[in-house]
Amino acid sequence: MRLLLLLSAAILGTLPGMAGGPAGPRAPRLLSQTGLYLAPGRIDTRNRAYAPQYPLWSDGAAKSRWVRLPEGAAIDGRNEDAWSFPVGTKFWKEFRFHGRKVETRFLWHARRGTWIFASYAWNDAQTEATLVPAAGLPDVAEVAPGLRHSIPGTEDCRTCHGNGRTEVLGFTALQLSPDRDPRAIHGEPLRAGMLTLADLVAEGRLRHARPDLLARPPRIRAADPDARALLGYFAVNCGACHRTDHPIEGLDLDFRHTALGSGEPGLASIVDRPSQYPLPGEAPGSSRRLVPGDPDRSVVAYRMASRRPASQMPPLGSVLGDQEALARLRAWIAAGAPSR
Amino acid sequence: MTSPTLRIALSAGLACGLASAAAPDAQIHRGAYLVRIMGCADCHMPMKMGPKGPEPDLTRGLSGHPEAMAMPPAPEPKGPWLWAGAATNTAFAGPWGVSFAANLTPDGETGLGRWTEAEFLHIVRTGRHLGKGRPILPPMPIQSLQAASEADLKALFAYLQSQPAVRNRVPAALEPAASH
Repeated sequence: MRLLLLLSAAILGTLPGMAGGPAGPRAPRLLSQTGLYLAPGRIDTRNRAYAPQYPLWSDGAAKSRWVRLPEGAAIDGRNEDAWSFPVGTKFWKEFRFHGRKVETRFLWHARRGTWIFASYAWNDAQTEATLVPAAGLPDVAEVAPGLRHSIPGTEDCRTCHGNGRTEVLGFTALQLSPDRDPRAIHGEPLRAGMLTLADLVAEGRLRHARPDLLARPPRIRAADPDARALLGYFAVNCGACHRTDHPIEGLDLDFRHTALGSGEPGLASIVDRPSQYPLPGEAPGSSRRLVPGDPDRSVVAYRMASRRPASQMPPLGSVLGDQEALARLRAWIAAGAPSR
Repeated sequence: MTSPTLRIALSAGLACGLASAAAPDAQIHRGAYLVRIMGCADCHMPMKMGPKGPEPDLTRGLSGHPEAMAMPPAPEPKGPWLWAGAATNTAFAGPWGVSFAANLTPDGETGLGRWTEAEFLHIVRTGRHLGKGRPILPPMPIQSLQAASEADLKALFAYLQSQPAVRNRVPAALEPAASH
């Protein structure tokens, strides 16, 4: 199985055009050439640090994130669910395990309609990171005994980032909202100097947003704090693929957050709804996505816990299940809290 | 995966089926040729028992594992006999669990009728179920398909889309029994 995956990755690496196409802009070979640093180890002050309120689970990596908007340019925020970023926008996300930098991902709006996805692997000396092949780089850091984190390939990046009307996932009105969820799973504190939604508005870097964006900031709409935190977690970890505005054929799961409507669609699409995936020992068609009061019979909990290829969810980006999220989910289901 | 004799029989049977189905379009003809030489029907067209042994069931097209054919629990994968296949050659059990050949006909609900060409290419390039999900499981030789040129992949898609739609919902892949 592992051999099969490696073979696939090796062959994927030969596919052309995955970092912008042979004739188009390409990611530079070294991270230091992307504009992240002014000098080794010194972040360019034009690159603003930020922290989304609902972080993506990535094998427990510690992360730092930066964004640079081109001088004088602004985000078009008229669609609150899908901001439009000016050409030249750059994002970086640094991943650390056990205190060591392992990879930095780079997302660059290189020209109109073209986003470059690239990952850089850090050297042992922690002095520079080098562009990894389009197929990614397997097994770069041990995250648990016998389990190693892999840097995803470009196509895997696009699997999540290419589903919606914008390629940017972690820098949204909800993620930067001042109405920050204090119970967010793996929530990170806002540190001094981090870019906020209020900063973007005040600096004129977000235009055409609704006038009451800060007075009535984006928030997961839920009946209780646990549901709010879990639906926020689902929106970020599941909603990039499970969304009815760009559905997976045959599935009506919808975990995305949307500013439209009066509630979050996630609950209605999972509670007591039939699952195509049969739990072990259950007949095909009889399993349910979420059974209130019974986490052991809830497919969503089973698949979140699994890291076996046939059932793992999310299916990429981690080799280690998110135990904190799973415990929170199971307790919430066991308490019978979810309801349509 | 199949014996030489069986493979020849399948290829012959499929060739007959393709001859009547191919549209007068160079891309579709190329796709039909590729499907034949790559042996797609070996797994995606169910076999039935005929007077001379197993033969492809041409009435089902490339519709994958028959929905109505519920499989009993798979044998435990151990020893020199590590994997097993169904008589239809559409279900396979091994260390990865149980995988079922997909419905490649253009049925809108159960096949690839709603896929776009770009989505088909993305699925092949990622090697992921529906381009987003789990890895495409053995014995599908996805790494071989990934070596195909973009033009050939587009030809494959054009041919598959030109075939009659067959409604057949293939079961979801199963985990290995040992992991339960």
